[in-house]
Amino acid sequence: MNLAGLVYRSLRQHALSAIVTAASVALAGGLLLTVWVVKTQSQAAFTGVNGGFDAVLGARGSKLQLVLNSIFHLEASPGNVEWRDFLYIQNNPNVELAVPIAVGDNFHGWRIVGTTPDLFDESEYAPRKKFELCAGGKWFDPLRREAVVGSFAAEKLKLKIGDKFHPFHGLIFDEHKQHAETYVVVGLLKPSNTPADKVIWIPLEGIQRMSGHNPASATEVSAVLVKLKASSALAGFQLDTFYNKQGDRLTFAWPIGRVMAELFDKIGWFDRVLTLIAWLVALVAASSILASIYNSMNERRRELAILRALGARRATVFAVIILEAASISGLGVILAFGIYAVLISVVAEIIRAQTGVVLDPFAFDPVMLWEPAVFIALGALAGVIPAVKAYRTDVARNLTPLS
Amino acid sequence: MKKTPSSLLQITGLQKSFSAPGGGRQRIVDVPAFHLDAGAQLALAGTSGSGKTTFLNLIAGILQPEAGTILFNGVRVSDYSESQRDGFRAQNIGFIFQTFNLLQGYTCLENVLLGMLFGRGASRVRAVSLLERVGLGDRLHHRPHQLSTGQQQRVAVARALANQPKLVLADEPTGNLDAKNALAALALIRESCRESGAALLLVSHDPQVLGWFDDVQDFHQINAAVDREVAP
Repeated sequence: MNLAGLVYRSLRQHALSAIVTAASVALAGGLLLTVWVVKTQSQAAFTGVNGGFDAVLGARGSKLQLVLNSIFHLEASPGNVEWRDFLYIQNNPNVELAVPIAVGDNFHGWRIVGTTPDLFDESEYAPRKKFELCAGGKWFDPLRREAVVGSFAAEKLKLKIGDKFHPFHGLIFDEHKQHAETYVVVGLLKPSNTPADKVIWIPLEGIQRMSGHNPASATEVSAVLVKLKASSALAGFQLDTFYNKQGDRLTFAWPIGRVMAELFDKIGWFDRVLTLIAWLVALVAASSILASIYNSMNERRRELAILRALGARRATVFAVIILEAASISGLGVILAFGIYAVLISVVAEIIRAQTGVVLDPFAFDPVMLWEPAVFIALGALAGVIPAVKAYRTDVARNLTPLS
Repeated sequence: MKKTPSSLLQITGLQKSFSAPGGGRQRIVDVPAFHLDAGAQLALAGTSGSGKTTFLNLIAGILQPEAGTILFNGVRVSDYSESQRDGFRAQNIGFIFQTFNLLQGYTCLENVLLGMLFGRGASRVRAVSLLERVGLGDRLHHRPHQLSTGQQQRVAVARALANQPKLVLADEPTGNLDAKNALAALALIRESCRESGAALLLVSHDPQVLGWFDDVQDFHQINAAVDREVAP
C-alpha cells in the first residue's frame, strides 16, 4: 500500500459521493469539449467549403446570402442573374469555369437545384476530387427530365435509381404546390461530405421551364459559380471592383471563405457566450468537488487522526486529499469523453442534416489534451480547502469517538 | 538521573497544560521523572481524567511538551519537529486504543498494512503473518464492522506490532471488552510484545487488568499535576 492506495481506498469508501461528483465533472467536461470542437470544426468547415469555386455572382444584395444560397444551399436566392451576365463572366479570360445554378423547387423539403453538366464534368469540389456516381448510375441528360440525387438526400428520401418524383414549388415543402413534371432518378452521388450531398440535381432548363414558373425567368439563373484561373487574385480583385463598386445590378461574392469568415466574426459573441457558459459549468463542477470532500471532512477527522497517529505526516494527509480531488476530476474527465462522443455525434448529425457540412467528431483537437489537464488541475485546486482542513486536524482531540 | 544501559525511555520534568473552559490554563501532566526499560511491561493505574492519555500522547510525539525532556533510546525526541516526531512514531511506537481506532473502510489486512505504511513500508506477508498470529488468518478481508469487538481489538494489536515497534502504548485497551475478551486481549498484547521484544506501557483504571502485571505504578504518584491552574 502507498499514497495511491490510500487515495483509492478513500474513494472506495466514499464511492457514491465520488461517482456523483465525477458525473458532474463529466457533464461539464463533455459540454466544454463539444462546444469547443463544434466551434473550431464548424468554423474550419464553413470557411473551407467552397465547392471548388472562388466566387459567386448573383443578384445585387448580401454576399453572405448569396454564398449561403449557392454554396451551402441554405436561405433564399437574393434574385436572378440574366443569361447574358452568365455568358459575360463565362467568357472573361480570367475565369476558368462558370457554372450557372437555378433554385426554386424542392422535393419533400429537399432542395432541387438546376445546373449544367459542367458542375460534374469540369469542377472539382475539393483539390483533385470530382463528384462521383454510385454504381449503376449516370449523369443526367440536360435535355431530359432526369435527376442525380446527393447521397444524404437519397438516404433520407429513400430514393434509388429508377424512382420517379414530382418536384414541389418553392424552397419549403407544401403538398399543394406539386408540379406536373415527372423526373426520373438516373444517378446517386457518392458521399462528398459537402452541401451537394443534400441536393437533388436536375438540368438547368428543368427549373427554368418548370410549369408554373414565371416564363420571364426562363432566361435567368439564380447565381453563377465562378472558378478563377490559377494565381488570379488580381482577377478576383478586378471583378470585385467591376461588379461591386462600378456596377449596381449584381454582387460578386469573392473570396467565398472570407465571406463565411465574416459571418463567424459577426456571431463570435455567441460563440464566446457558449464557451463562457461551459467554463462556468466547469467551475460549478469544481465547486461540487470542493463541497463533496469538504462536507465529508467532519466524519473523516477521526480517520485522519488515526492515520496521523500511525505516523502519517501532515503533508501526507494534505496530499491524500489533493490527490483524491484530482482523481475525482480525472475520473470525470474520462467519463467526459463518453459524454462528448454522444453529444458531438448528435450535433454533427444535426449540422450535416441542416447544412450538408460534415464534422469529424473523432478528429484530434488540442482541446482533448489541455481540457483534461485543466480540469484535473481545477479539481486539485478545489481540494486545497479541505486539504488544509485535513492538514490542521488535531490528532489528540480526534482520536476518540465524537459520540 | 543516571541512564541504565537497558533504558528505553527516560522522562524528566515533562509538563503539558491546556486552555481551561473558564479561561486560564490547566496543567494536565507534570511528570518530574519516569523511565522504562527496553522490553519491560509496565502498567500505569489511574482514574479517568488523570492525564494518562495525554502522557501517552506526549511519549508518542502526538503532543509537544511545554517543558521537559523525553529521551528514547538515548535520543532527545522531545526536541524533534512535528514532522520528525511523526517519523519517530511511525518507526518506533505501536498504539493500541480503547476504541480500537480501526479504519472502517479498510479490511483487517489493510488496517494492519496501514500500521507499516509510514514506517518501514508495507509488507503483505508480514501483515498476513501478524493476523494469523492473533488468530484472524481467516478474516483478512473482513471489514471491522463484520468482526466482534474482541476480534477488532486483536486486529488493533496486530496493527500496533506491524511496524516492529520498540514501544507499545496501550490506552485502556480492554475498556470496551467484556471480562472474558478483556483477559484474552490482555494476554495477547503481553505475549505479542514479549515475542517481538517490544516494551509495553499500558494505562488502565481496571484493577483486574492491573492485577495481571508484576510492575504497576500509580499514575497519581508519577504525575504531580492535579488539575492545577497555571499562569497563562
